[in-house]
Amino acid sequence: MLFVAQRTTAFVLALAVAVHLATILYAVRGGLTAADILARTHGNLAFALFYGVFVIAVAIHAPIGLRNVLREWTPWRGRPLDLALLAFALMLLALGLRAVFAVYAA
Amino acid sequence: MSDVLGVDIWRGTEQGQFQAFAIPRRQHQTVLDVVTEIQREHDPSLSYRFACRVGMCGSCAMVVNGRPRWTCRTRVNDVVAGDERLRLGPLRNFRVVKDLAVEMTDFFDKWTAAHGYFEPGATPEKDFAVVPPQTKERQAADAGIECIGCGVCYSACDVVAWNEDYLGPAALNRAWTLVNDVRDRGQSARRSAVSHSNGCQACHTHMSCTRFCPKGIEPTYAIAGLKRALFGWAAR
Repeated sequence: MLFVAQRTTAFVLALAVAVHLATILYAVRGGLTAADILARTHGNLAFALFYGVFVIAVAIHAPIGLRNVLREWTPWRGRPLDLALLAFALMLLALGLRAVFAVYAA
Repeated sequence: MSDVLGVDIWRGTEQGQFQAFAIPRRQHQTVLDVVTEIQREHDPSLSYRFACRVGMCGSCAMVVNGRPRWTCRTRVNDVVAGDERLRLGPLRNFRVVKDLAVEMTDFFDKWTAAHGYFEPGATPEKDFAVVPPQTKERQAADAGIECIGCGVCYSACDVVAWNEDYLGPAALNRAWTLVNDVRDRGQSARRSAVSHSNGCQACHTHMSCTRFCPKGIEPTYAIAGLKRALFGWAAR
């Protein structure tokens, strides 16, 4: 199940990162200030939904990958490892959604 | 080409050292010929394993100059250029019994653990199953069915080297042939047997198994098939 979740979110992230980078390159071509960015993102529901999905995909994808790396390269196994990475996932989710909310509604 | 072939052969178990021999170099001699000549003419205490000598039994695999190979189907001329020496060791990732003979119990136990055996079901079919050769499942099974369990892929696999619990390419390849066997009635147990962190998900797609399989089987693609199948199984 973790494998399927990680591969599915990898697919989402491949698209999301491409859109994210393309948007940055397009948006800053003539120079852009923080105020300009916030003016565009504030109240923009499509922006909030896109980056909300981005953050959720990251929060699922990264901890599973990190768990695989730790299991292969360290003796750390079992429930303590799973709980630590669950906490890491929740941290990514909280920080990411907080950032999305900040540029959408703050 | 020199008339004498220098050979270094592993002696011992996990602990040991290479022992040097020199034997006449002959046209078309195989690596297995070399080992046999050394055991018969130089040191009868040398241990190794072989049976058929013609690439059917899969029992003579060793590490030849750093690469896992069938020794009966490897000519010395193909692996030793000029005056180079021939270096022979036991298969990697197996416990060494003695010299070039390895313990293969764990390897075959993993075939069982991967549910790599046919399950006819509680009540056998009344008639022969018709499995047309052109069906996708039959072709997928055919691609991996000729494995003879020599252990070369298992020796070549780096994932096995760092995770001794990984089922390995041969066992997963066998499981994939059975996943595609439309007659089999043990699919549910097989799914559980191969889908875990020491199962197909652990494969890093290094492709060493595919590179070294002497039968030309591609276990990497069999494992990729299992990974793809996980999505369908997860949706059930």
